[in-house]
Amino acid sequence: MIKNISDDLVIVLAGEAGQGLQAIESILSSLLKRSGYNFFSTSEFMSRVRGGTNSTEIRVSSKSAAGFMDRIDILIPLHNGAIQHLKKRITESTIVIGEKDKINYGKIIDIQFTKMAAETGSAIFSNTVAAGFICGLLKIDIKECENFILEHFRGKNEDIKIKNAEAVRKGHAAGISLKDININIKKSDDVKQHLLLSGADSVVLGAIAGGCNYVCGYPMSPSTSVLEKLAVYSQKFDIIVEQVEDEVGVVNMALGAWYAGARALVTTSGGGFALMTEGISLCGMIESPLVLHLAQRPGPATGLPTRTEQGDLNLVLYAGHGEFPRIILAPGTLEEGFTLSQKAFNLSAEYQVPVFILTDQFFVDSSYNTPQFNTVKISSEKHIVETEKDYKRFSLAQNGISPRGIPGYGNGKVCADSDEHDEAGYITEDSDMRIKMVNKRHKKFDSIKSAVIPPKLYGNADYKTLVVCWGSTINIVAEAVEALGKKEIAVLHFSWIYPLPDETGGYLKKAGKIIIVENNSSAQFAQLIKLSTGYSIDNKILKYNGFPFSVEEIIKEIKQFI
Amino acid sequence: MENVFDFENNIDIAWCPGCGDFSIRKALLGALKELNLPKEKVVLVSGIGQAAKMPQYINTSFFNGLHGRGLPPATAIKASNPELTVIAVGGDGDMYGEGGNHFLHATRRNPDITLFVHENMVYGLTKGQAAPTTRPGMKTPVQVSGVFEKPLNPIALAISLDVTFVARVFCGDIEQTKKIMKEAVLHKGFALVDIFQPCVSFNKINTFKWFKDNSYNLPDGYDPSDRASAFNKSLEEEPFPLGIIYRSSHRTAFEENLEIYKTDKTPLFKREIDMRKVEAELKTKI
Repeated sequence: MIKNISDDLVIVLAGEAGQGLQAIESILSSLLKRSGYNFFSTSEFMSRVRGGTNSTEIRVSSKSAAGFMDRIDILIPLHNGAIQHLKKRITESTIVIGEKDKINYGKIIDIQFTKMAAETGSAIFSNTVAAGFICGLLKIDIKECENFILEHFRGKNEDIKIKNAEAVRKGHAAGISLKDININIKKSDDVKQHLLLSGADSVVLGAIAGGCNYVCGYPMSPSTSVLEKLAVYSQKFDIIVEQVEDEVGVVNMALGAWYAGARALVTTSGGGFALMTEGISLCGMIESPLVLHLAQRPGPATGLPTRTEQGDLNLVLYAGHGEFPRIILAPGTLEEGFTLSQKAFNLSAEYQVPVFILTDQFFVDSSYNTPQFNTVKISSEKHIVETEKDYKRFSLAQNGISPRGIPGYGNGKVCADSDEHDEAGYITEDSDMRIKMVNKRHKKFDSIKSAVIPPKLYGNADYKTLVVCWGSTINIVAEAVEALGKKEIAVLHFSWIYPLPDETGGYLKKAGKIIIVENNSSAQFAQLIKLSTGYSIDNKILKYNGFPFSVEEIIKEIKQFI
Repeated sequence: MENVFDFENNIDIAWCPGCGDFSIRKALLGALKELNLPKEKVVLVSGIGQAAKMPQYINTSFFNGLHGRGLPPATAIKASNPELTVIAVGGDGDMYGEGGNHFLHATRRNPDITLFVHENMVYGLTKGQAAPTTRPGMKTPVQVSGVFEKPLNPIALAISLDVTFVARVFCGDIEQTKKIMKEAVLHKGFALVDIFQPCVSFNKINTFKWFKDNSYNLPDGYDPSDRASAFNKSLEEEPFPLGIIYRSSHRTAFEENLEIYKTDKTPLFKREIDMRKVEAELKTKI
């Protein structure tokens, strides 16, 4: 029987760590997007360097679709464990393609990737064979594939290039001649002009556009890719990238950098961030700017190191002893990843508060094509003043924002102290001054209000049911609600989390029914909404097994509430 | 003659009367004046403790942060603007205890900053508990049977880590303290000066007299350039040698190793991001 696949194809590649899934993905992503296919990929992996089973989902679709799918149309297992690993997602309609002698699965379509690779010279080319095979299935022009492969391996020697080109030809021939599947997905010229980025790329490029010139970090999944990508860009964009001895040092170093006029980014995950909380409190006291990217993973403690969760909202919301303002952002789309990371630097410099960019493993490790960003209006705002002789770092400004001087720029002194201090920065225990300083810091909350980005409504403005979500889940939730095809359901997505936008109450008031979707177990964002607006959301769709929601899951769950 | 690093008016200093910190302040003010540094280019950095209050009492810019955390911001301040003279100050607990890990790794980076550690072998601000450098046998409100842990030897530690300027002084000798402070500030790279200082309130054993009786000045002919013999010298205790114990110029400073300053010395705050370069980078993602 021939399987027809129209408009939306989900391919899953699964293999051991070290088998080269990422190599296949990187070839396919560029090649498919370049051919005009909408492309989405996301990876899940075990916390180990070799062995186990990891998988990469690749979605090729006629319309842009960046939601995670449970359905698998084509599974390519690279080792036997893959079948067991994915058994919950393999159905009657899943086509399994692989090496029959290695994979124990009855209805497997036998394609000998390794043998074909060996024929070109070595088994190590089997990833290129597999990539070529998928291109063949999609009937991508072989010349285009070959040219791309030669370009992809341009740094390598001639022999490697020729053999990879041969490998892609062999795979392609096998794919194009496979008659069991008929794939019909529309290509678009627009897609060819799109950007192809991962969530991590969007944060990194946004930070660079925000004028980031100092990066402090300590490696920790899933935030490490942001640290490493910035290190790769460090020479091109004149960035100091320092791997610090521990996260306590990370945050204190970043504060020192801002104090002296740098624009510093900290990148970490929950466990690392927990170590930084005293530094966050220092940031609040000395009214320093600080941009902190936190890629969430499931806790407590070491938790599931390579998995995803939205479980650290409360941590970020309450981190640091004492009372002081902060801003929390949580991008959902790649465009938001770029624009919010860029904006974070200006917001932080302007309001002199810590700005958190809250992502998660699913966000940073997912890639897809997206229209080019509008960079015309963006600029890097310094908000620094040249100091006069009598400069006072913490002058009691009306709006709470004292002009920020830095040492060595002007004739004044810049004094920052972690103790309560007077306007000049000197330690004080004067209780009247204490009140003035607390009030001054608090006033910045009001000033920040003018910068808040309201939540974005997806769907009809006269909705009856409102599905509320935040951060990385938007592509999944929006696709699910669209698939439900009910005009009375709309989605409200928050990328500006805190202070909660004033518009929130108005949106909730209009809804007959409100459903919250969160990748955690206690609906932390719903708690924040309740605290800020009084609205209690009782219809909860929560997931906390370490994996992102799938589109199908959200459809099924929403149906239970309507 | 007026010292721009001192205040015109009397200031309220929180140290106990008779505290060795006053002598250290006097030496530091003298050193800064004699070095003739532009006042607006000097930044003092500290953590928390009695010693860490020093920046409050010197008329310059300062970053007085968290307990134990003086060195990470000091390193970053110098790296963000190498035109600044950055001096970190702290006590033995601040720098060798709470901040011990930062101390180890600051030595690896070797930023061109100076570290003055007030070494009184006791915790002052928290009222009398043991420091990492407290001598065995001292009874304290916490170590009620007496300290039995091996005291940390910061001089031997620093030399083992190849800190290229390692000195120890006694604050009772203000002239020598000032002289060595000046040399430490002028030294290219990370410089440590461990300053013996009596705590008049909480350390009744290691008094002014004790430090005087248990230390000696290195002879004029002492050669601090040989690391192995300097290390041997650093192991001497009671009496402790005073002076520049190890000095070398073979290491490159952190800021000099940073790519961004190799062809352009401009401090970060004066730099602008070129949006066309960002746009061009985005285009490569098409």
